[in-house]
Amino acid sequence: MSQNNKLLRIEELILYFNTTQGAVQAVDGVNLDLDSNRAVVILGESGCGKSSLAKAILRLLPRNAGNYSGRIYINGQDVMLFTEEEFRQNVRWTSISMVPQAAMNALNPVMRVGDQVAEPAMVHLGVNKTEAIAMAKKMFQHVGVPEDFISRYPFELSGGMRQRVAIAMALITSPNLIILDEPTSALDVLTQANIFNVLKRLKRELSISFILITHDIATSSELADDVAVMYAGQIVEMSDAKNFFKEPLHPYSKKLMASVPRLHGDKEPDFIVGHPPSLINLAPGCRFADRCPSRFEKCVQDPPIIEKDGRKVKCWLYS
Amino acid sequence: MVAVTKDNVAEMQAKKGTILLSIKDLRVWFELRRFGFGHAGYVKAVDGVTFDVHHGEAVAVVGESGCGKSSLMKTILGLYKPTKGDVVFDDRNLKDLDTKGKRWFHARVGYVQQDPYGALPPFMNVHRILEEPLIIGGVKSKEERDRRITKALEEVKMSPVDDFLPKFPHMLSGGQQQRIVIARAMIMEPKFLVADEPVSMLDASVRVEILKLLSGLQKTHNLSVIYITHDLATVSYFSERIFVMYAGNLVEKGKVRQILDTPLHPYTMALLTGTSEPDAKNAETFKEIPPGEPPSLVNPPTGCRFHPRCSKIIAGLCDVEEPQEFEPEPGHLVSCWLYK
Repeated sequence: MSQNNKLLRIEELILYFNTTQGAVQAVDGVNLDLDSNRAVVILGESGCGKSSLAKAILRLLPRNAGNYSGRIYINGQDVMLFTEEEFRQNVRWTSISMVPQAAMNALNPVMRVGDQVAEPAMVHLGVNKTEAIAMAKKMFQHVGVPEDFISRYPFELSGGMRQRVAIAMALITSPNLIILDEPTSALDVLTQANIFNVLKRLKRELSISFILITHDIATSSELADDVAVMYAGQIVEMSDAKNFFKEPLHPYSKKLMASVPRLHGDKEPDFIVGHPPSLINLAPGCRFADRCPSRFEKCVQDPPIIEKDGRKVKCWLYS
Repeated sequence: MVAVTKDNVAEMQAKKGTILLSIKDLRVWFELRRFGFGHAGYVKAVDGVTFDVHHGEAVAVVGESGCGKSSLMKTILGLYKPTKGDVVFDDRNLKDLDTKGKRWFHARVGYVQQDPYGALPPFMNVHRILEEPLIIGGVKSKEERDRRITKALEEVKMSPVDDFLPKFPHMLSGGQQQRIVIARAMIMEPKFLVADEPVSMLDASVRVEILKLLSGLQKTHNLSVIYITHDLATVSYFSERIFVMYAGNLVEKGKVRQILDTPLHPYTMALLTGTSEPDAKNAETFKEIPPGEPPSLVNPPTGCRFHPRCSKIIAGLCDVEEPQEFEPEPGHLVSCWLYK
């Protein structure tokens, strides 16, 4: 079966949160395929469910998680059938690791960064401390942190260095896939560019796949092979990077692209009128319809996912 | 209290092009102490900055975190005392202002903070947040205050106004919170606005909306604005001139198009290389970024402060002598020995 070749295949993934006002449909029927040594970018505004998608993939569910269903295949194996313990042993860190949002500020302040990076190796690979520290040193080389930083504390490192340490920590168990949640949004321009250089090199040298979660279209193009645009809990467009950055299909993607300020050229950036809908009690039909400049009668029905030249778009305009 | 009337605007129009704010060789140093006493050096956050802002002009100060741009801004706002040098606003030196003078100054300067949620008191509703500066500013009549609150909210496009007045900051979205911060900065009808990274905490699509709002206000009120940012891409839609700051110094000054199209300083060039534009080709190449990180401001490198990271270094000159300011093209100044 073709799905067995995929590193990661997600089918109809759903994650709702229970609140007093009703169920928040944070992830609502997401499909995603990822081959090895590819990077997919999940693009979306805050509150569109992109971080919840990452958590749903790694089954890191908050206490108020409600409906959680769908299929997640890793190398053809359905990990949704795993028990919590099997999932912890076989998936988290070993197959997929994650650099959560603001990880650089979440490092333990009273623990040397070397020990923090070594810890997952000791827990998940069962190596002893000396070996783990040796592995940590190797990871530091990969991400471009000087080796002698290993005995430093987080406060002795700059933001960019701390972010590299967080990436080293995700790398040490040699996973096939790393999920990066807004890895550079708190960093300066040059540091950002440096981190992306590191990620590109890792992808080439170690053949790792990435899921990059971000709202920043411009920097996302630094790593993307594929782009998935997320809106109100659903993926509305899935496209290869080359075509996406040339010409996005979905009206929402078009608007997002038009909102990027450019260094050169006179084209004024444009913004999207209105707000994303609340994810509680969503109205039927296309979720972007209220803000869409090209809406028509059909948009009151939920649009199907339409294939166009190998790209997928959830919009009636292309039917 | 000066309310903005038509005459007032006309007067401000007439002043267009003359200098409103003038900063001369400004130095802001923070003393470091060992164990609470005993001198241990200075953090030279701002070290010899000179520039002018004209009436009705928007300028941008661009630099990375730790380059001293926030210290510069806080000194302009009168929150820090300059160690050396002068800040002159409307022909009055901030150093010489007494309590009454400070009140006069603060009524003419607005401040838009970076993090809107942190900048708004969580226990006050929108009405109270906007009313407070008016009470402090001495607007006695309740009707007058309400009228100005309504006007300020309409100006930041928060309508219907009555819906928002009783709301607390946590009930608003990030973009709406930033609008309230802007409304608060504008409510005293200032002549001058300092905007410290006003959009860096916002989503990409909201960013443009807020920038357009700010630039609209700047034009209708003929405001002078200092826009502080690390993002060169947003600058061109907002300001007329750019000052690039590195390690406490301004290394390049010029018109927006001069800086973006023909940057002269190697640091500005690096910043432009580092800024991404959405293009799939980006993923195929590595970016050439200067190695290392901005220097410590306690012991900055001798000579040009960028020389340890610079690929165009002239040995024996850049690492010894501090570069002078050169003007290779009219209105475009650069502190770099390459242009001597």
